[in-house]
Amino acid sequence: MKESPDSADKKRPAVLPLFLLLAGAGLLLAGLLSGQAQDVLMKAVRVCLECIGVG
Amino acid sequence: MSGEKRRGWIQFSALLIQNANFRGFFSGKIFQGDTKAVCVPGINCYSCPGAVGACPVGSLQTFLASRPVKFPYYVLGLLILFGTILGRAVCGFLCPFGFIQELIHKIPLPKKKIGSFPGDRALRKLKYAILLVMVILLPLAMDYTPTFCKYICPAGTLEGGIPLVLFGSSKLNFPAGTLFYTKLAVLILLFVLSLFLFRPFCKYLCPLGAFYGLFNRVSLYRMRPEPEKCTHCGACSAVCPMQVDPSATPNHTECIRCGRCTSACPAGALHLGFSRRAGAAEVQDGER
Ligand code: SF4
Repeated sequence: MKESPDSADKKRPAVLPLFLLLAGAGLLLAGLLSGQAQDVLMKAVRVCLECIGVG
Repeated sequence: MSGEKRRGWIQFSALLIQNANFRGFFSGKIFQGDTKAVCVPGINCYSCPGAVGACPVGSLQTFLASRPVKFPYYVLGLLILFGTILGRAVCGFLCPFGFIQELIHKIPLPKKKIGSFPGDRALRKLKYAILLVMVILLPLAMDYTPTFCKYICPAGTLEGGIPLVLFGSSKLNFPAGTLFYTKLAVLILLFVLSLFLFRPFCKYLCPLGAFYGLFNRVSLYRMRPEPEKCTHCGACSAVCPMQVDPSATPNHTECIRCGRCTSACPAGALHLGFSRRAGAAEVQDGER
């Protein structure tokens, strides 16, 4: 019998979202530690000429 | 309050919160506070005078187009977190540009609005090509050029270009040239299409929608169907503005979690929300 979406939902472990959450948090932390939030800030506080269509 | 109304208010609030520097619209200056170090989940141009956060697509390209190239740990980490928690609910609830297209789509027309059309399915793949080529490969290949922002992004034109170039203070003096008018034409075309089609930018062009769509099958905020209740009446697919059949593919890449199907289902067989069993990936969730 074909498995219904719901029964598949019950059987599978929550590994992938957990892995993705950890991977996302790890990347975010690595970015913060290497000063990338500051890089984003530097870009975002100046007018981006490409974005507005004149660069 | 109906689910659709509630969603509209959330979208409106998200637009206001992400563009809360109202003074910027009068001074013609963009916000320079520390919150701009944080990427917002949806497309919202950081050159919009109102923007108080950074655009994730623009920021991603900035790292890829820098020399030497920097791996975008920070932006990618945030995008993966947004995607894993919300999936394309970001599109349905938080993206200002998606909301603006929806408002245009609400304008009544003498003719019936268009749902699907020949070539619609194939065109939906275009956004994946844009993500790969315009957001990743070309910025990697071309020094300091965020190609998606430069050649396509209609949010940049609407939120940054029009206020700063057309109506900005003369001190800024940004000259509008061919590029500006080309991007303006893209924006106008999308707005005209929005009258007939539901969120054309999100369906066909948005690289962020393409990215978040990949997370719909695993995101914590998800659709949970109850197949034993389903009578296969087709009410859900008939109301879906993204042309998904949620009874067959409840966590399809195109679903923006608008909730119209859950309200339309006469049997109460569809539920949207955060699930304790969120790790499951439905076996029937493949692309149609
Ligand atoms: S499947 Fe349902 S929640 Fe998803 S876009 Fe269609 S109507 Fe909205």
